[in-house]
Formats: sequence, C-alpha cells, structure tokens
Amino acid sequence: MTPNNPADRPFRLSMLIYDRHYRSLLIQAVVFIAVMLVGWWLVNNTLTNLARMGKTLDFGFLWNRAGYDIPFSLIPYSSNDSHLRAAMVGLTNTLLVSALGCVFATVIGVVVGVLRLSGNWLVARLMTIYVETFRNVPLLLWILVILALFTEVMPAPRDYKPAADGTAKASMILFDSVAPTNRYTAIPRLAVDNDPGSVGLGGFQVDAALLAFGVALLAAWCIRRWLRDRAQLLQDTTGRRPATWWITALLFLVPLLVLSWLFQVHLVRPELKGFNFAGGLNLDNGFVVLLLALSLYTGAFIAEIVRAGVMAVSRGQSEAAAALGLRARLIMGLVVLPQALRVIVPPLISQYLNLTKNSSLAIAVGYPDLRATLGGTTLNQTGREMESMIVMMGIYLAISLVISGVMNVYNARVTLKER
Amino acid sequence: MRQIVFLATAAAAALAAGGAMAAEGETLAQVKARGVLNCGVNTGLVGFAAPDANGNWSGFDIAICKAVAAAVLGDASKVKYVPTTGQTRFTALSSGEVDVLARNSTWTFQRDTDLKLDFAGVNYYDGQGFMVRKDLGVSSAKELDGATICIQTGTSTELNLADWFRANNMTYQPVNIDSNAEGEQQYMAGACDAYTTDASGLAATRAAFADPDNHIILPEIISKEPLGPAVRHGDNNWGDIVRWVLYALISGEEYGVTSANIEELSKSSTNPDVQRMLGATDDYGAMLGLDKEWAKRAIAASGNYGEIFAANIGEQTPIGLARGLNALWTQGGLMYAMPFR
Amino acid sequence: MSELHAETVAFVRDTMLPPALPPARQRGVTLWLRENLFSGPLNTVLTLLGLAAVWFIVSHLWPWFANSVWNASSMAECRAAVAAKAGEDATGACFGVIRERWNQFIYGFYPSALYWRPTIVFGLMLFAVAPVLFSESRGLRWAVLGFAAVASFAAAVAVGIPPRAALITGGVFVLWAALIEYAPRRALVLSLLFPFLAVWLLWGGSVWPVVSALAGFVLGGVVWRLAARLGLGLLAVALGIAATVAWWLWLGPDAAADLHAMLPVALDRVESRSFGGFLLALTIGVSGIVMSLPLGIILALARQSDMPVVKSLAVMFIEFIRGVPLITLLFVASILLNYFLPPGTNFDIILRVIIMVTLFASAYMAEVIRGGLAALPRGQYEAADSLGLDYWKAQRLIILPQALKISIPGIVGTFIGMFKDTTLVTFVGLFDPLKQMADTIRATFEWKGAYWEPYVFTGTIFFIICFAMSRYAMYLEQRLKRDHR
Repeated sequence: MTPNNPADRPFRLSMLIYDRHYRSLLIQAVVFIAVMLVGWWLVNNTLTNLARMGKTLDFGFLWNRAGYDIPFSLIPYSSNDSHLRAAMVGLTNTLLVSALGCVFATVIGVVVGVLRLSGNWLVARLMTIYVETFRNVPLLLWILVILALFTEVMPAPRDYKPAADGTAKASMILFDSVAPTNRYTAIPRLAVDNDPGSVGLGGFQVDAALLAFGVALLAAWCIRRWLRDRAQLLQDTTGRRPATWWITALLFLVPLLVLSWLFQVHLVRPELKGFNFAGGLNLDNGFVVLLLALSLYTGAFIAEIVRAGVMAVSRGQSEAAAALGLRARLIMGLVVLPQALRVIVPPLISQYLNLTKNSSLAIAVGYPDLRATLGGTTLNQTGREMESMIVMMGIYLAISLVISGVMNVYNARVTLKER
Repeated sequence: MRQIVFLATAAAAALAAGGAMAAEGETLAQVKARGVLNCGVNTGLVGFAAPDANGNWSGFDIAICKAVAAAVLGDASKVKYVPTTGQTRFTALSSGEVDVLARNSTWTFQRDTDLKLDFAGVNYYDGQGFMVRKDLGVSSAKELDGATICIQTGTSTELNLADWFRANNMTYQPVNIDSNAEGEQQYMAGACDAYTTDASGLAATRAAFADPDNHIILPEIISKEPLGPAVRHGDNNWGDIVRWVLYALISGEEYGVTSANIEELSKSSTNPDVQRMLGATDDYGAMLGLDKEWAKRAIAASGNYGEIFAANIGEQTPIGLARGLNALWTQGGLMYAMPFR
Repeated sequence: MSELHAETVAFVRDTMLPPALPPARQRGVTLWLRENLFSGPLNTVLTLLGLAAVWFIVSHLWPWFANSVWNASSMAECRAAVAAKAGEDATGACFGVIRERWNQFIYGFYPSALYWRPTIVFGLMLFAVAPVLFSESRGLRWAVLGFAAVASFAAAVAVGIPPRAALITGGVFVLWAALIEYAPRRALVLSLLFPFLAVWLLWGGSVWPVVSALAGFVLGGVVWRLAARLGLGLLAVALGIAATVAWWLWLGPDAAADLHAMLPVALDRVESRSFGGFLLALTIGVSGIVMSLPLGIILALARQSDMPVVKSLAVMFIEFIRGVPLITLLFVASILLNYFLPPGTNFDIILRVIIMVTLFASAYMAEVIRGGLAALPRGQYEAADSLGLDYWKAQRLIILPQALKISIPGIVGTFIGMFKDTTLVTFVGLFDPLKQMADTIRATFEWKGAYWEPYVFTGTIFFIICFAMSRYAMYLEQRLKRDHR
C-alpha cells in the first residue's frame, strides 16, 4: 500500500490518467465542473426567459392580500390575510392530513397484516382481497370513488330537517351526535364555558385552557416515567414489582377531571341551523375522503410490510414463546412484533413519506392543502409560478427530510436494541 | 434515452420554428412557418370547447381558433387544440406553448398587466351568477348567508365570491372543485346549496340536467366577466390579427355577411364597409401581414358571430343562451366592432 | 368386573376392526369449519364480521351489476332500460358508456383508422421484454409470446389493420419468436431496437429521423470501442458520447432529411396531443422506465462510488426527487420547464411530462439498483478485481449483469408504481384514462351522470395489469432467491 501513497511520489501529468488517486480527483473535478456548467446553463436560461417576459424573481407577492377564502383552516384566516398566511394554512392542512393518515394507515396496516396471517380462512382471504385491490389500483381512483361515495350516498344536510309530517329523511347516528352528510361530517365539539382566555406565546395566541391541559398531561407523563423507572429499579433489586397502574391512572385522570370541572368543559352537539349544521365541528368531506383514501391505500402497503416482517421472525421464536406458556396474543405482542419491527421500520418510513407526498392529491377533492393554496390559487392569481413552485417544493422537501431524519433516528434505536 | 433523443433530433429540426417569447411580428412568422395554429382551450366545457367521440373539437371558443387559423393559414382545420386547465392556461400562453388562448378567460386588470397578457377583445360578456335548487326556497343571492357554495378554484370567480360575501357581511362555506364536471356532480348530489360560475356556464349546466325546471339561476350577477381571446404581451401585430378577426366576425353579423352568402357578397356587395373588409376594394390584409381575403376566410370558417353563437350556445342548442348583452349594439347589446376603415 | 367377563365371553376378535371414521365433529367440512372459521370466540366473531361485510358489499353491488345495461346510446335511454328491466326504483350500471366510448378509454383521440399501430406496438413490447423478463422458464416465455402475438394480432384485425401491414406484422411475430427461441442473444439486439420501432409506429412520420437517432448510438458505440482499443480508457467513453451528440446535433438531421428525399418511407403522422387513455398511460409509463434505466444505473453507481463529490451530487439529486410529490414535478413540466431551456425551445407537453417522469423514475430506479448492487456478495467484486479488470469492465462484465438481474423484481415494482402514477397527468390537462377522459365523456349531453361505470372499467384494467405484474415480480423473486441458495 505504501507505494500508492501519493505524497511519496513526484507528480507527473500522466498520473492524472494512470494513477488511481489523481484520476479520481480529476474525474471528480470534471464531474463537478460539468454539473455546475449545466446548473449555470439552466439558471441562465431561466433568467433570460424571465427577462424576456418582463418578469422578475420576486417573493414580495407573499405579503400581498390573498383575497380568496379557504374552506378548512386550523389557524385563523380570512381573505384579507396575506398569501404567506394562506400558504401556512395550506401547510398546516397538509401536515394534519399526513399525520392523521400515517396514524390510521399504521393501525390499519398492523391489524390487516396480522389478520392476514391468522388461521381464520375467511378473514385471511378477505384481507388478501383488500390488500390486492388497494395496491393494484391507482390511488387517484380510490380518492375519486370514495369522494363519489360520499357525495352520492350520504344524505344532504337538509335531509335531516323534519318534513311536514315530523319525520326526516335521515337521522343522526351515535346517540344523535354525529351527522354524516354529503358536504361534511358534523361531529360534536368540546367547548369551555369558563373560558380563561388566551395567552400570548412568542407571537402566537394559544388558548389558555388548551395550554393547561397540555401542561397537566406533560407533567403526568413525566411523573409516570419516573415512577416506572423506580418500579424497574425496585424489581431489579428486590425481584418484586410494585403495582403502579392505579397511580398512573390517577395521575392522568385527576388533573383531567379537575381541569374539566374548572373550565366547565362539555360536548356541543351539531344542530341543523339554516342551510347547515352548526355548533359542532364540521369535518369537510374533502378532508375525510382524502384521509380515508390515503389511510386505506397506504394501509394496504403497510399490511404487506407488517406481514413480511412477521414472517421474517423465525418460527423458533414463537415456538419458544409458546413453550413458555404465552398466549397467542402475547406471543405476537411481546415476542414477534418487537423483533419484526427491525424489518418493518425502514420500508415503513418510505410509506410515511409516500403518504405525505400523496397528500398533494388533495387537488382531486378540493381539500386546501399546500399545493392547493400556494401552488394552486396563489400561483394562479398572482402569476408567480416560478416563486410559488420554488417555495412549495422547498417545503415538501423539508417535510420529507425531517420525516426521514426522525424515522432514521428511531430506526437506529430499534436496531441497536435488537442486536 | 432513445425516445428523447429521437424527438430531440426532430425538435432540433423544428427549433428554428420554435420561439417562446413575444416580439413584434414573431408570432405570425412562427405560425406561418409551423403551418399550424396552437390554440389553448378548455379541457371540456360543452358549448364552448369540448372534444367529441372522435376527438374533433367544437364550441364557441373553438370557432375563434378556427377563424384565426383560416385568416392566417388559409385553412380552418390547421389548428392544434391544447387543452389547458385553470391552473396551466396562462403559463401555456406566456411560455409560447399556445399562440392564442381562447379559454373563456376573464379580462381583468391584473391579468392584463401583471400576467403580461393582452386581451384581443371580448367575445362573450358574462357575469357571475348562482344556481340553486328550486325547493331550497331561495329567490335572491342575499339569502345565501351560511350556504355551502361550489366554486372552481383558480378562477376569477373565486375572488369575486369572497369579495361579494364579505361586502354583504355574509358567510359561506366554499367547496373547492377542480372542473365543471366535478362541480355538476357535487351540485347534483346536493353537496353544495349553490353552484357559482359564469352565468353562461350555469345555463349550459342547467340545460343538461334531466330536470332543468327544478333549478333556478338567481337574479344577482355579482361580477362582470368579459371573456375573450388572449395573446402574449409584446407582439402587437399578432394581437391586432386576433382582435380584427374577432371584429370581422362581429361586423359580419352587423352587415349581414354569413357563411352562406359570403362568396356572393364578396363580389357583388355594394356596401363599402363590406367591400373593404372582404378585400374586394382595399388590401387591408397587407396591413396585418396577411393576404387580401383573410376576413373572408375567417367568416367562412364557421360563420359570423351570430351564426357561431346560434350554432354553439344559442337558443336552438341544448345550452339555450339568449343573446342578452351579447346582442349587436344595434339591437341593444354590447357587441360593437370597430370600423373597418 | 373385567375378570368376570373375561371368563364368560364366548367371542374373541381375531382380526383388526377397520379404522372407524373420526367423529363427525372431527372430520370433513365440520372440522374444516371448526378449525378455520370458528376455532375460538375471537375467531367466531371475526368470521361473523367478515360474513357481514361480504353480505353488505354483495347485497349493495349485486343489483347494480345484475341490472346493467350494455345496449344504450345515452344515459337517459339506459336509465329507461334499467327501469323497464327491474322496476322504477332499481339501480343499474350503464355499461353502454363503455360500449360506445371504449376506444377513447383505450386509445384517446388516436385516429381510429390507425388503431392497429398502438395495438401492434403493445404486442411487440411483450416480444421485446420476453427474452429479458421470461428468460427463466421456457413454458412461461412461450405462453407470453403466444398471448402477445395472438391477442395483439386479433385486436389489430378487429380494429382494421390494412392487409399488407397485417402480413408484415405476422411475419415479424413469427421470425422474432423463432429468433428468441434459437438465438436468444441476437433477440436481445432486437429488444434494444424495439424502442425506436415503437416511436416510429406510434408517432409515425418519416422513418429516417428514427434511423438517424439510432445511427447516433451506433456511431458512439463504434467510436468508443475503437478508442478503447487504443487504450484511452475513460477518455474513450467521453469520445463516444461526444461523437453521438455531434451526430445528433449536426449531421443526423441533414442525413435524415436527405435520406427521406431519396427514399421516402413514412407512416401517417400522429400528434402527441391525440394520445390519451391507456395508450397515454402506457406510453408515459414504459418510456419513463426504459429511459430511466440507464440514468438510474449511473446514479446508483455514483452513489456507491468512493468519490465524495460524485457521491454527494448523486445523493442530492436522488433525495431531491424523492422528497417532492410527483404532482409538483408534473407542474414543473407543465409550467416551468420551458423557463429552464434556451429561449425559443418549445417541447410538446407530453414530451415534457415524459422527461419529468423519467427523472422521477430514475431516482427510484437508482435506489432499486443500489439495492441490487449491495445484495451482490462481496466476493464478486473481489473476484473482478483479482482478474485485473478495470472499474468499467468489472461493472459491465461482472457486477451489473448480476445486480440488474436481482433488481428486476424491484424494477417491476417501480414500474407498477409509475404506471399507476401516470393517472396524475390529468392535472396538467392530458387525457388520462381515469379522470380527464371520463370527465370529457361525462361532459357530453348523452353521458352526463355516468360516474361509476368508467371507474369500474378503468379500475379493472389497472387491476389486471398491475396484479399480473406484481405476481410476476413475486414469482421472479422466489426464483432468484432459489438460485442464490
């Protein structure tokens, strides 16, 4: 190896071709310059084209008045707010549907994946049919079909209005608290009578009641952790584990009840007022449809991943667990799934990423996600396609990188534990 | 790689004919060299622009494309229809993908200035209206407080709606839809109380329902929607061509020049306006960079404005629109062509 | 007791009883039911729930299918027919819309007199991939070839192929099949030629630009081989690429024009705009995959490389493409791509979409091939080194053939995903089979309100194609696994 050390030998020009080290440097330099040239060429073309059309690259439009309404928004927004605010609304909507979609898809995926392996002939076949039909048909079709189902099959809000003879065409379900309609699903809402107002936190107004609940839960969780560690310590030293479940339950329940009583929290049921339901929370159908389609579609993929992961755990593991006298449910929960996670997590990450990216199909249901606000109406009304697309792609990229970063950290932890 | 390469070679040959940005006279030269007019149209709005089972496009906007192609290239069939969505239409025009955009687009200040478009004129004076079911018991848009309203995103109607409700101190719940077909589906299923778009679109939509009598179009027209063909900013000659083709169609109706009698009139007409327009006396075509008979061909392509209106969206068609504002100025409407002089 | 009896019995059995059947609970259908459906309370509940779900779905869907009407030329006519068949309130599918407009779902606005061309291309495509994908099993290969030839030929005849073209096509099918059987390596050359043939058949026009594009590749290959023989190594690759590009840019177009003037061989030209339906989906999907393969290989090798600059550039590209939704890339194709190219360039929207889809697929392809490279035993790399092969020779002769082979299931998986994603082109105004085509048909007066039928039709076709491919990928995976053990 020593003669290969470049520092030991005098440099000659021919070494750029024949010496491994210098050749590698030469290739890298050439590739870098070539890529930079191509990049410069693209940027130069863009600038020339923009100049020829009399446009400039200017992100100032983001602070102009947006002027359009957004039907579904987590943060306060009106048509007088800026395009930037509208983009923020879109971003929060994207994040909301993606996060909930990931949770639901995981639940569906795990349940279906495990059921597919169950001894029940019928259920296993049904799950196979579900997985195959969802995997082999475009997501867009599922979104359109579920949207059509919701708009065609669900009753209109006015069908809930009693007719002259006192009977209505449709009635609310779940103890008169949920009203699915072809526009939205009206669900009850939590309301506080004794409203403590809101607290300013770094420029954002946060509801004080919400904050109080958050702090209480966080505190309970921290105490529970400490308690569990104590219990573990005790078990390690004395071999006996003290029962902590009732303390844990109290830790969470008591503050919740006290705070609820303090703020007078109660459920407000949706009621038909004028054209629509009011009082409760109207979950826009675009949102429900997109969430359902994304969860079901991704769930089918996750089910396959879970199944493959479970099957990758050697039979001896479950047999050994059975020999210890564990029941089937415990074998799955304590022995097989934890080991399967090692196989499951990496492809699961890419499914989460896919789901987040697929949430941009909100375009088909009119759910105002990031693409619909910033990359849709804003782009269209201002004509700033270059700037809007750059910002939008940047945000999507950032979301993807954050998800894969977080999940990679988690993956590293899982892998370490198991080896 | 291979397909790209082939097509790139093919494109390289045609590159001379390419050219995205507008400069004086450039578009006309390009269209002539290409032999085909690229016309941006709606992806499917019956009466205005829609392909039939064989992929042949027809409609009110299509007739404009045909007239321009006939005037410039001498053949009304030399048009490539580029379906554009509400999202992609203006970039398709500004990037040079289409030469003229005839996609029921509203002429607004911002589009004219900031988006660098030039509207060649107005071929349909429209306004935004609302359609509701009769059994909803609503007779005025002012009663729509709290209603759910289907609205196509990316259109000027979206902004008008927000402004109007705000100005009237009312609230509404928008249901965003992507295309007219989707809007119809949602409205029919009752997913929205009202459907709002250009009144012409509402009429066309209502006409196609199985039970048109159960739906009413509310009297309020909340905005002005002058729809017209647009061209890129900067090429005034091309803009003039599209503008005067449109005026030729309107003047054709005014002077009674129809596709049936145009041959005859071009020889025998004694009306000096008609003579000038059809190239019987002066050569106005040369001033546009075209030949003498440009306007004659434009009118012959699918008739004068009145004929086009009647054939595509008029009262005899299923869409059944009355002329209303779009009648000639001589008949109490707004259609007024500048004089051929 | 027993002692007492032992003395008093008069009969002692001296032959074995024939084995009795298990008790009724322990055999046949009952046993199967008990073991597979009702083996415990949880399973019983699950079974009942499953049965309820099946009943719910079937009872809702069955009348709709049972009352379906195929012979109708409009929605109103169809609804009347359903009402006449099953009563006023009955629901029924109006498959009349499929019967009337099936050609638009399949071919889009492709001229109907030329339907035979895409049909034959589809058959030939299976011929082109057969020697690669079905090299393992002769029976399967012949089944695929037979299906491709018979089905596409019959379909082409049904849509009116001219007799002369039919004769040529038949001959090509027979000869190609024979070549695959007797000289599989030669058949691979034909597979490489297929994309050019497909481009010519699909878009039509003169044959010479296609031949000229092909000639560019051949020229590049020849220059590279000659230069490599002189021992120029990496420089030879650069020279080859330069020769190809030079041919395309300067000599090729002229040569094509001259040849066309001398010997005009041309088909009727078809604009990309006329592409729609499944023809569009397959064109975008297949060309995306085919063109992304070389790019993907280069990216995968770059990502595996030990040169930090090359590696990080590859990682940046791959992560960027994989980090943004396809739909945004399609919007880039539709509204931004013209900005990035020199003023005056103006590509067709379909071409721009194919370019973006290719870039998109290449990032995923790179990851698949990287997996294949990583799965190769280390010994293969060491063996190549010990033979004294340089990097490119080692890759070309030893590493890549094996790595690509084990990547095939992954590549097929990528293709399935992409094929499904081609439906997204609807959002840039192209006539995909799922939404835009159905919307267009629904916009006509006759077929207003035909929501479910097009979904069922296109969904079924998508399912058949994707399911077949995913099964094939699974089969191949099993097979490759066995090979390595």
